[in-house]
Amino acid sequence: MKATTTRTADRGTDIRTDPEAGMTKRIEVSGLNAYYGSHKAVEDISMTMEPRSVTAFIGPSGCGKSTFIRTLNRMHELIPGASVDGSVALDGQDLYGSEIDPVAVRRTVGMVFQRPNPFPTMSIYDNVAAGLKLAGIKRKGDLDAIVERSLRGANLWTEVKDRLNKPGAGLSGGQQQRLCIARAIAVEPQVLLMDEPCSALDPISTLAIEDLIALLKERYTIVIVTHNMQQAARVSDKTAFFNLAGPGQPGRLVEIGDTETIFSAPTEESTADYIAGRFG
Amino acid sequence: MSTTTPTAPAEPERKAPAAKRTKVRPGDRIFSGAARGAGISLLAIMAAIAIFLVVKATDALSKNQGSFLTDQGWDPNTAKPAFGVVTLVFGTVVSATIAMLIAVPVAVGVALFITHYAPRRIAQTLGYIIDLLAAVPSVVYGLWGYIFLAPKLLGLHSWLSDYLGWIPVFDKEQAGVTARTLFTVGIVLAIMILPIIAAVTREVFLQVPRAHEEAALALGATRWEMIRVAVLPYGKPGIISASMLGLGRAVGETIAVAMVLSPSFDLSIHILDPGNTTIAANIANQFGESNEIGRGALIASGLVLFIMTLLVNGAARVVINRRKAFSGANS
Repeated sequence: MKATTTRTADRGTDIRTDPEAGMTKRIEVSGLNAYYGSHKAVEDISMTMEPRSVTAFIGPSGCGKSTFIRTLNRMHELIPGASVDGSVALDGQDLYGSEIDPVAVRRTVGMVFQRPNPFPTMSIYDNVAAGLKLAGIKRKGDLDAIVERSLRGANLWTEVKDRLNKPGAGLSGGQQQRLCIARAIAVEPQVLLMDEPCSALDPISTLAIEDLIALLKERYTIVIVTHNMQQAARVSDKTAFFNLAGPGQPGRLVEIGDTETIFSAPTEESTADYIAGRFG
Repeated sequence: MSTTTPTAPAEPERKAPAAKRTKVRPGDRIFSGAARGAGISLLAIMAAIAIFLVVKATDALSKNQGSFLTDQGWDPNTAKPAFGVVTLVFGTVVSATIAMLIAVPVAVGVALFITHYAPRRIAQTLGYIIDLLAAVPSVVYGLWGYIFLAPKLLGLHSWLSDYLGWIPVFDKEQAGVTARTLFTVGIVLAIMILPIIAAVTREVFLQVPRAHEEAALALGATRWEMIRVAVLPYGKPGIISASMLGLGRAVGETIAVAMVLSPSFDLSIHILDPGNTTIAANIANQFGESNEIGRGALIASGLVLFIMTLLVNGAARVVINRRKAFSGANS
C-alpha cells in the first residue's frame, strides 16, 4: 500500500489493470495490545491470517474478538480514548507504521459490520458506488461495470438488478447485508473483515452469506468474528479461540489452528470446554 | 386519539361487560374530553383571529384608492387612502434572503464542529453558549445592531460598492453616511437566527447512527468525506426544518429591523443604500399613528406575510417529502 501516493490515481490504476492481481495478502500480528483509555481490552496477540482462506474468531462475549478485528483496519482508534500498540503487518508492511495513513488502510482492508448498515439516504446503486466515488472513480461507465460486478460478487445482482435506484434500506436484512458486502468488495480491498455478519439475520439469509464467504475466499483474505460455532466450523479454514484471562482481565488468544483440529482435538482445555458448550 | 374503540381491558378480574362495547373508564373519558376540548378551542381561537383579520383587512382594502399589490407608497391615513405592499414584500424577502445566505452555512458549520470536530469539553461549552444566544431577545440584537454594528459596517458598505458595484445590487447611489441599510438588517437577522438553526441542526447531527458513520469510514472515507456521505444526507431534512424555523424568525422580526433600518417606501434594489422596509417593521413603525383604515391596511400586509410564510414552508415540506423513501426514517 502506497499511502503517500494520491489515492485517486492509486485506486484508479488498481481497478483498470488486473482486479485479481495482488488481491489477497497475509496478515501477521505480533504483540498487539488494544486499549480503551487506560483499560486494556486485548493483550499480547500474535497470529497469522493466511491469504485466500477464512480465519474465524470464536470466544465468549467480551473477550475482545470484535476489538481485535477492528485493530486490523485501524477502526479501533476511532473510538475516543482508544489506542493500540504492537504491529499488524500486511504482506510485511506494518499498518501502524508512522508513515501509514489510516484512511488508506481502511481502503485496503474492507469491513462488514454486525448489523447491516447501508446508507439510508442512497439507492442500491449509490450504496455500492459510495466507496468508488470516494476513491475518485466518477465515470458512469466504470461505475456501472464495477457496481454490477460487485453485486454479482455478493450474489445480489439477480435480486436487485431491476430496482437499482430504489433505496438500499428497503431491502430485507439479508439482502442489506449482502449489499454491504458488495459495497465493501467494490473498492477491491485486499482483506475482508466481517464482524458477526450473520448475527442479525435469519437462518436462510445466514446460509446465503456463508455460501458467499466460500466464494469470496478465492479472492480475499477473510477474517470473520462469529458467536455461532457451527458457522465457524462450516466456513473457516483456521479458527482462533479467544478468552478472558479472568474477570476484569484483558482478552487473550488461547489458541489458533486448523478449524478441524480446533473442533476435534483442541490443545487447550478451555477451548474444548467452550466448544462443548460448558461455558460462554 | 380515539376513545370509541378501546382495546381489551387490562384487568380481566373486573366484571365482564354486558354490552358489546368495552366499558370506558371515567379517567379516559375525562382526559379525552379535555384533550378534545383543548384542540377544538385552539381551532376556534384561530378561526376567530383569522375572521377578524380578514374582515378588518377587506374593509381597508375596499377603501384603497391605489393598487394593494403594486403601489410603492403607504398613505392609508389620508382622506384618499392609497397603499401597496410591494416595497414591504421586497424588503422582507431581501433581508430574509441575506440572513439565510449567511446564517445557514455558518450554522451548519458550527453544528458540525460541535458534533464531529470539537473535543468534548469545548463542544459542551459551545452548545451551551448557542442555546443561550438563541434565547437573547430581539430588542437586544436591535440595540446592538443600531448602536454598534451599523457604524462598523460602513466600511464594508463602501468596500462592497467599490469592488462589486458593477453588480446592480451592490451599486450605491447615495453617498454613504449611514449603514442603516437592508444589507445591515440582513446581517443582524443572520446573527439572530444563527443560534436557533445551529442548535436544531446540532441535535439532528447527533441523531446520525454511528453505524452509518462507521460504514463510511470503513470504506476509506476521511472525516470530511464521512460527513459528506453519511452525516449531511441523513441530516438534510433536519437542516431544512431548522432553516425554516430561522426563516420564520427572520421574516417576522419586527423590533430589531425597525431599530436598525432607516426606512423609505421607494423600492430600491440597491441594498447598500438606506431605504426599503419590511412588513413587520412597517407594522411596528406605523401602528401608533394609524386610524381605522391605516390599521386595516397594516393587517392586510400582515396577512401577506402569513401567506408568504405558508408558501415557503409548503415548499420546504415538498422538498423533504420528495425523497422520503431515502430519508433513513425506515432504517
